[in-house]
Amino acid sequence: MTLTTKAETLRPVPYVLRDKWQETADTWSMALEPAEAWLQADRGEPGQFNMLWAFGVGESAISISGPTHGTGPLVHTIRACGNVTRKLCAMKAGEVVGLRGPYGKPWPIESLKGRDLIIMAGGIGLAPLRPVVYHILANREDFGRVSLLYGARRPEDILFANELSGWRGRMELDVLITVDAADSSWFGNVGTVTRLVRRNPFEVDGAAALVCGPEIMMQYSAQTLLDAGMNQDSIWVSMERNMKCGVGLCGHCQVGPEFVCKTGPVYPLERIANLLATREM
Amino acid sequence: MEDMTIEKLLGSHDFFDGMKAEDLALVAGCGSNVVYQPGELIARQGTAADFFLAIRHGRVAVEIYVPSSGALRLETVSENSVVGWSWLFEPYRWHFDIRALELTRAVRFDGHCLRKKCDDDPVLGYDFMKRFAAVAARRLEAARLQIIDIYGKKDDDPDNQG
Ligand SMILES: Cc1cc2nc3c(=O)[nH]c(=O)nc-3n(C[C@H](O)[C@H](O)[C@H](O)COP(=O)(O)OP(=O)(O)OC[C@H]3O[C@@H](n4cnc5c(N)ncnc54)[C@H](O)[C@@H]3O)c2cc1C
Ligand code: FES
Repeated sequence: MTLTTKAETLRPVPYVLRDKWQETADTWSMALEPAEAWLQADRGEPGQFNMLWAFGVGESAISISGPTHGTGPLVHTIRACGNVTRKLCAMKAGEVVGLRGPYGKPWPIESLKGRDLIIMAGGIGLAPLRPVVYHILANREDFGRVSLLYGARRPEDILFANELSGWRGRMELDVLITVDAADSSWFGNVGTVTRLVRRNPFEVDGAAALVCGPEIMMQYSAQTLLDAGMNQDSIWVSMERNMKCGVGLCGHCQVGPEFVCKTGPVYPLERIANLLATREM
Repeated sequence: MEDMTIEKLLGSHDFFDGMKAEDLALVAGCGSNVVYQPGELIARQGTAADFFLAIRHGRVAVEIYVPSSGALRLETVSENSVVGWSWLFEPYRWHFDIRALELTRAVRFDGHCLRKKCDDDPVLGYDFMKRFAAVAARRLEAARLQIIDIYGKKDDDPDNQG
């Protein structure tokens, strides 16, 4: 028998935590593998998420943050902010989590071939965009100029810091990072992520932008890109609303007419511009 | 000769974008080329603010000195931007330190000279005010976003997300 995790049923499948490492003070990444060899993992696509179950506590929607191509464990990056995420982050190698998914609409990378890309992330919003970067680096010739603009609260909150400097060193993409505040040991940029758009002049024609972070960050980032001359249909954002079922049944994630788990989380800005920063119904 | 060079330099600087040629020539007369070494203190909080910089290359930091924690960097300003508007308003005192983070080339404008030209020519003065107001508004908006933490570290924010 082959059991896949992509169950439209709501049944989680057991995954073993193979490895776990700390990214920042409150954020960990974890590598998960199916508990049984006959379980087929669906690796998903960049921008999709899985529901991770900490047994005895509950479930959370967590984006895929590792590569979606190739083999190897599934990687998720989790910020400990409440009961479920704290429990997940406290787990040790060898322990079992429940996983169902992948769910949701991915970033439309296939349709962006040939275009210049602006990848704009804030805080842990870099996690759902990292698979996009992996995809681009694996298929570099498919895309034009690629710029990654990333903002974090403080230098110590920068996610995937080593990887970011590695990407910068490869010269295959422009990597610009900024923080809100820093002491004098930080020689990078200080200011909001929106200011990096001005620091990184780009050809508006044909460019596309993928934006992920807290909604207030996405609102201001999208506005800055529009002010720079981009059109709404060239900007995609990932809306993250509280989720329960993940499959369009419970209505928990509803915002306006959208069930974010089904029709999102990734949307073209033109579709949800008026819903950004609307509270759940 | 130096004025000509500065006038040309200003012509390609974002802050002066669209400024009339005769106004550019006028303000260029108050500017001089400067170079700051990495780490150099350009302006000190509390001292007389009698200039501003139009940065051409490099990067400077706006810092505040907090006795218990040392210098905190509030903002960095890079090429094609300006730094310093205390020269425009009484009591003409720097509110923050300005420090070069890299080798920085800039046009440094004498505040007295510019104020005089703006007073003498209110149309130029208004144009200048509008340009600085736009910069100030952008910085104010950025400062507000920096205060509220748009990257969502607060556990009690209902829209706080990953
Ligand atoms: C599509 C999607 C992808 C996500 N990807 C990631 C990811 O890759 N990494 C990650 O760390 N988090 C991600 N999240 C957010 C994560 O699901 C929530 O932080 C988590 O469910 C909170 O559960 P909890 O029990 O730990 O916290 P709770 O005790 O339920 O809440 C703690 C705090 O988090 C807020 N919160 C709860 N659920 C959500 C939610 N769904 N979105 C935003 N804020 C929430 C609460 O309002 C509260 O302020 C994602 C959310 C969605 C919808
Ligand atoms: S989470 Fe249940 S409908 Fe979207």
